[in-house]
Amino acid sequence: MKPFDYRRASDAAGAAALVAEHPGAAFLGGGTNLVDHMKLGVAAPDMLVDITHLPMDRVEALPEGEGGVSIGANVRNSEAAAHPLVRERYPVLSQALLSGASGQLRNAATTGGNLLQRTRCVYFQDTGTPCNKREPGSGCSALEGYQRYHAVFGASPDCVATHPSDMAVALVALDARVVVTDAAGGERRIPVAELHRLPGEAPEQDTVLSRGDLITAVELPEMPMAARARYRKIRDRASFAFALVSAAVGLELAADGTVADVRIALGGVAHKPWRALLAEEALRGSAATEAGFAAAAEAELSEARPLPGNVFKLELVRAAVTETLGEVAAELRGEGEL
Amino acid sequence: MTATAYGRPGTATGTGPPRSDGPAKAAGTAPYAYEYRVADPAYVAPVQATVARGRVLEVDAAEAEAVEGVIAVLTHAGAPGLDTGAELSGLQRVAELAVLQSGEVSYRGQVVAAVVAETFEAAWHAAALVTVRYEQWPHDAGFSDQRADAVAPEEDHRQGEVESAAPAEVVVEQTYATAMQHNNPMEPHTTVARFEGGELFLYESTQGSYEVRRTVAALLGMEPERVHVVAPYVGGGFGSKGPLHAPTVLAVLAAVALPGRWVKLALTRRQMFALVGYRSPTIQRVRLSAGADGRLSGVDVVATVQSSHVADFVEEAAGPAKSMYAAPNRRMGHRVVRLDAAVPTWMRAPGECPGMFGPEVAMDELAWACGLDPIEVRLRNEPERDPHTGKPFSSRNLAACLREGARRFGWADRAPEPGGRVENGWRVGMGVAASAYPVVPPPGDSWARIRYEGEGVYAVSLAAADIGTGAWTALAQVAADALGVPLERVRVRLGDSSLPEASLAGGSTGLMSWGSTIHAAAEEFRRGHGERPEPGAEATGHLPANPAQDDYAMYAYGAQFAEVRVHAATGEVRVPRLLGVFAAGRIVNARTARSQFTGGMTMGLSMALHEESVVDARFGHVVNGDFAEYHIAANADVEDVQAHWIDEEDPLVNPLGAKGIGEIGIVGTAAAVANAAYHATGVRVRSLPVRLDDFIGA
Repeated sequence: MKPFDYRRASDAAGAAALVAEHPGAAFLGGGTNLVDHMKLGVAAPDMLVDITHLPMDRVEALPEGEGGVSIGANVRNSEAAAHPLVRERYPVLSQALLSGASGQLRNAATTGGNLLQRTRCVYFQDTGTPCNKREPGSGCSALEGYQRYHAVFGASPDCVATHPSDMAVALVALDARVVVTDAAGGERRIPVAELHRLPGEAPEQDTVLSRGDLITAVELPEMPMAARARYRKIRDRASFAFALVSAAVGLELAADGTVADVRIALGGVAHKPWRALLAEEALRGSAATEAGFAAAAEAELSEARPLPGNVFKLELVRAAVTETLGEVAAELRGEGEL
Repeated sequence: MTATAYGRPGTATGTGPPRSDGPAKAAGTAPYAYEYRVADPAYVAPVQATVARGRVLEVDAAEAEAVEGVIAVLTHAGAPGLDTGAELSGLQRVAELAVLQSGEVSYRGQVVAAVVAETFEAAWHAAALVTVRYEQWPHDAGFSDQRADAVAPEEDHRQGEVESAAPAEVVVEQTYATAMQHNNPMEPHTTVARFEGGELFLYESTQGSYEVRRTVAALLGMEPERVHVVAPYVGGGFGSKGPLHAPTVLAVLAAVALPGRWVKLALTRRQMFALVGYRSPTIQRVRLSAGADGRLSGVDVVATVQSSHVADFVEEAAGPAKSMYAAPNRRMGHRVVRLDAAVPTWMRAPGECPGMFGPEVAMDELAWACGLDPIEVRLRNEPERDPHTGKPFSSRNLAACLREGARRFGWADRAPEPGGRVENGWRVGMGVAASAYPVVPPPGDSWARIRYEGEGVYAVSLAAADIGTGAWTALAQVAADALGVPLERVRVRLGDSSLPEASLAGGSTGLMSWGSTIHAAAEEFRRGHGERPEPGAEATGHLPANPAQDDYAMYAYGAQFAEVRVHAATGEVRVPRLLGVFAAGRIVNARTARSQFTGGMTMGLSMALHEESVVDARFGHVVNGDFAEYHIAANADVEDVQAHWIDEEDPLVNPLGAKGIGEIGIVGTAAAVANAAYHATGVRVRSLPVRLDDFIGA
């Protein structure tokens, strides 16, 4: 591990300014991803700006009228998952958080860090192999390599990696936004669905954030369908495994039983949490039936471009979308568990 | 659970005292090799090859040497010399141990240099700054059974005419595959070493302190007595700490280069996937010929396995079929593909574990092809004598294990046809497979010393290794029984080369060989000192030769049952129940034995569903080398795992009547899981691991 400076910022704007001023600086949150990468040589910051003591550690209801809930960027994943406001209003977020990593990691990992964790592509994590995300221009080893955990939507010839977060998938389905403080002390909000990028020709850039931008909180708007939304994670191991495919699904039925509104976000399938807009579009206003759900999944899959090593993910997308929509619909109709 | 309490009532053997090392292990106070506090240690960090084949042209260490605290950078040009012509035991591969003795690179990840520094941080930082320039040569790291250059390491074992036998009524001819696996004990390979005054001291994570002593002494050209190895607590080995590997030698080289200084080396998890061996992948072509009644006329197993251009290690996956079932026509052979890869090594039940997968799935296929109960097919092919050697079995209770397992598991309740049971969207099936593990001669000689300490207390010493098996406890029980004293009057000392020599912990022989040796020492003690010895009285016993060893075929057997659920839509695979019934002679400690069996079964489950080292042949190394990507069964994967055993008296195997139990638990488990998955779904998976994509769309 390369030696590095360690600083503790006094406030969010100060932290943002420090990182903005030092090209080799990085924010240190829970450290569960960054510190691993420093040991592996994947990341070699010459300065860590520790933000863990900044007062961004609360889960609280947003002011009256705005509805919703704010989760501080330093709130640990285990705390967020267990918080009554999250469990009552956004159980899908709690489910997603608890399906990720292990108990020990969730105790350390933060909300902001979870969003900004990097891909688990084995080549990205292996400094002995080419990787455009780690070393722009060196090539993509996964294109003809190990592809089990790689993308089926929105990839590019330069990168087929996936974003590994479960939490982010639920946040996208919940129309969440991040609150960002920049180096000048300004504050802006970005929908989580627009936070992460597709790889395109610049896979080294995971997000739309600029150097020094610091996520201080995640805001969850009031959303009628949130209370019944569900998370389904399909993986190779019953716990402590990244999703092959996951789905966060919210549904609102009209009085006539058709779909009034719907949110579908997929994990494990793209460089970002994948909002399944084609599936949603196909469903809005149509009948909430198994056939309708299956047709919605097919609509989304029309955009899928699997790799030779992960064609099976299409079937998983089909199953995750169809089954989870079915379960939510059944619950909304008072049918209970399928 | 009705575990049989073997042994005489009122004696220590047969009961289940808890592990004597348990509290210290749980509290973190049992010292592992790296945890010994030594004065002013230096730290060793390896530099590994980034090419799979070639030659080191230059090691540029200037930047590394400039790091504060760096003491030395070892390269092949300057490292101390080793006797690479040394005669080592059959377990060792001297070419693998010739660390930094030449600039040639034979596999990716090979040690090509090392940094020794005052601090761990400086050593690892500097190691990353060492620049190695190579002349890179084309490499070949692609394992397959379709290669013309595969060689037979020995003549195939043949009986009858397996190819030209009369056409059989039923033939099962299929190819089965098991994955490359890495041993990955929780404690990584670790060496703490000091060379001073012509003596070498080692705290070592090993399955055999004498094996380390002899090997290191031979490589350095030293008298073995001048090498001292301490290893009382070892955090697992699973075979990979039996033979030595490069890191131990590297640490020793550093110690020799810095006389008088302690040096420490512990591998990272990622390095565990490169430097300390692995289980070869296997591809098994199995052809079973049988009558419509399921009786075998031919068994043909040819297993292709991976070895290394560095040195050969043959995973004897065609071995278990030799003695398993009766059939007049037989052929068992191996084909070895030598690659530019590290040398494979022992991994839990080498040979037996992968080698029971193909044949035991094939037996299941035979059963379905004949319309027979898979248990019945096995019973119909029970041999009278060992089909391989023609010798009688000292005991063979596979049939009893199958019947008892069927009763306990509820085998009779299974659906008559594959895919016949669906519960809440999950397809449910049951499968069975047989287990066998030979009673093998111990890998090395053993002696034990018993000394009367006064006040009723006896000290029992031998250099055996408890790698987490419970030997500390079970050996105390054996000693207490043999001496006729209560367990609490026995003090055991293990894991130190200053104690009498003991064989390596391997081949499931520990309790048999060390226990028999202690038994002999106790007899010697009573013969010399009677029932009322003077304090200080001592006797030494030697591992007794077994007069029956050559006249009988000796095996432990088991039957493994699995319930598997496969999600109808996603293909997710779960194993809610595993049940094993074993016949392994006398069970000395019911508690630790059950842990051995269920631990082995859990590893078998992990092999069945998860473990796979993915080699990217373009680069030549394992690309999923960490615990996030190389899956081992997590707690949530392991549900109801039960181990039972049947009464088995076998005085022929050794004076204790005990067979090895360390490895049989992993043998056959994966086949039982795959067979159950077939019963659940009608989809036959012949390649491990069994994963969800085997079932979806099917």
